[in-house]
Amino acid sequence: MKYALYTGCAAKGACPELYQSTMHVTSRLGIEVVEMLNAACCGAGVITEADPDLALAINARTFAQAEALGLNIMTICGTCQGVMGMANHRLKAEEGLLDRINAMLEPEGVKYNGRVEVKHLLWIIVGEIGIEALQRHVTRPLENLRIAPFYGCYILRPSKYLGFDDPENPVSLEKVISALSAHPVDYEGKTKCCGFPLVLEKEPIAIGMVGANLKEAKDELADALVTPCPLCHMNLDIYQERAEKKIGEKLALPIFHLPQLIGLAMGFTPKELGLSRHLVSTEKVVEKIQLKV
Amino acid sequence: MRVTLHIQKYNPETDHHPHEEPYRLDVGRGTTVLEALMRLKNETDGTLTFRYACRSAICGSCAMEINGTEKLACKTQIRPELERHGEVRVGPLKNLPLIKDLVVAMQPFWEQVRSIRPWLDPLPHEAVDPVAMRDAYKAFNNVEACIMCGACVAACTVYEVSKGFAGPAALAKAYRFVADPREAAVTERLDRLQGDGGIWDCTRCNYCVEVCPKDVKPMEAIVLLRRASIQSGLTQTLGSRHITSFVDIIRHEGRLNEGLMPMKVIGFRIKDFLRILPLGVRMFLRGKVPFPFKLKPAIPGIKQVRAIFEARKRK
Ligand code: SF4
Ligand code: SF4
Ligand code: SF4
Ligand code: SF4
Ligand code: FES
Repeated sequence: MKYALYTGCAAKGACPELYQSTMHVTSRLGIEVVEMLNAACCGAGVITEADPDLALAINARTFAQAEALGLNIMTICGTCQGVMGMANHRLKAEEGLLDRINAMLEPEGVKYNGRVEVKHLLWIIVGEIGIEALQRHVTRPLENLRIAPFYGCYILRPSKYLGFDDPENPVSLEKVISALSAHPVDYEGKTKCCGFPLVLEKEPIAIGMVGANLKEAKDELADALVTPCPLCHMNLDIYQERAEKKIGEKLALPIFHLPQLIGLAMGFTPKELGLSRHLVSTEKVVEKIQLKV
Repeated sequence: MRVTLHIQKYNPETDHHPHEEPYRLDVGRGTTVLEALMRLKNETDGTLTFRYACRSAICGSCAMEINGTEKLACKTQIRPELERHGEVRVGPLKNLPLIKDLVVAMQPFWEQVRSIRPWLDPLPHEAVDPVAMRDAYKAFNNVEACIMCGACVAACTVYEVSKGFAGPAALAKAYRFVADPREAAVTERLDRLQGDGGIWDCTRCNYCVEVCPKDVKPMEAIVLLRRASIQSGLTQTLGSRHITSFVDIIRHEGRLNEGLMPMKVIGFRIKDFLRILPLGVRMFLRGKVPFPFKLKPAIPGIKQVRAIFEARKRK
């Protein structure tokens, strides 16, 4: 199994631990990856706000690079998946759109033929590697842990452009959590928004969202959260202390990137998975599975 | 087929809290949740309280929460719900004050709609561009299909924590007037939407798009309002600076520079700078802040990216 890896900006910027843990986990699972070093940012839905055609063109350029490699794209960011999945879907489905965007790329000698698929690591694990195969790689079952899945927005909505999980009733993260022998926690906030897009400009709203979601998970006795989106990770981790102040309650909920949680169950060390980079300490959780940070 | 509907009941005169009650009944292939509720009211429990009128997804009065998602009871069949969720749970819309059983107060919703002045400030007849008028319906982006059911507001993740937010339906409606070729006060309208509670409070979670039974796509309308604001020179809100800074960074480096981004958005606003500074320091200590001024920050193929941006700009 071979994929063109689109890391997105976060894994190369504020979340190097996501990149690190992805590399360990994919190689253990036998997924060969070719990193797309020359791909530009997907635009995170922000470039679209200024100029939708520009956002499509930037993404079509990325798709063309994968097409030239003869590979499909793997994303490791829920936001990248949402943005690129939607762009790809529209380029393939909407009459005349691909031609219009290719005309913008032509002076640069780039052309996208609509033959690439974009899939999140989570989907590849659940849909292609398979849960049983994942289970076979578990050497350190996370038996005592109650893990709350946090999907975030873009890996689920708008569902007509995504279509892997049922947005009303997603199950893929739960499947992975169970495969690692941990207990998936059910709570309402798991499909809601973490508030990341607002955090610079409307911090009180954003931390209100962090607080509300995390409190629900806490009330269901979660030990930690796992998310397929590094932007969710940043908001839930970095702003957790401020959210605690806002809701007047201690949360102390470590947030794991998807490959970090899988990596723990595969026996990688906390150092290999970059756990020390989190602002909310993962120590308690790691102790529960008899490890030291 | 015999099924059990778990319906939330609440009578403010006798109950402290809402609670769920199971109701069993036989349903046919296409029975809707609304039909089931009507039969239960007639045959089983006369106190069961809910709103409806048209029974055909037109009046917007039967929106409620079905298996955790905001839907029209008259448009939702029981069987597919059962297949999808393994159960049927019915409750009132969230985010709006509960009155009884499945009925919520819609006043906050109407106030949101009123706040955007949902009427035309018309241009004199001769000033309206007839060609633009011909395409007006397309320009509304389907906003005029809204039946004011409130589903989007009940699903809105920002409204949940910030009741000052004007909400998806009202903002979609605001866009409809901004896009109307007969409207005289476009700039004033955009101006009024810049402050707290306006278009920059939306987190773009897509919930409103997902739940709207009429494909109004409120979030798309909000994005169109943001674009219109920037294009008309309203560029000083942090929200609009977020967009322009982001585009700028990608044009120069091809990739988001997370060290630079907050500084560009916040600029010389000392209070906001002091707000983010302590977090920046803690992130830096954890190796989470990429150095903002690298010698070669750009991706290898940046020339190509810049050329695509430049070509767009010329247009
Ligand atoms: S969505 Fe985010 S992480 Fe993904 S490429 Fe864009 S800015 Fe980077
Ligand atoms: S739809 Fe009504 S009952 Fe449903 S919303 Fe309407 S009219 Fe109704
Ligand atoms: S996209 Fe915006 S308006 Fe729509 S539900 Fe989310 S926060 Fe509310
Ligand atoms: S936008 Fe859609 S969900 Fe919101 S009130 Fe209108 S019809 Fe209902
Ligand atoms: S950006 Fe909304 S959940 Fe991550």
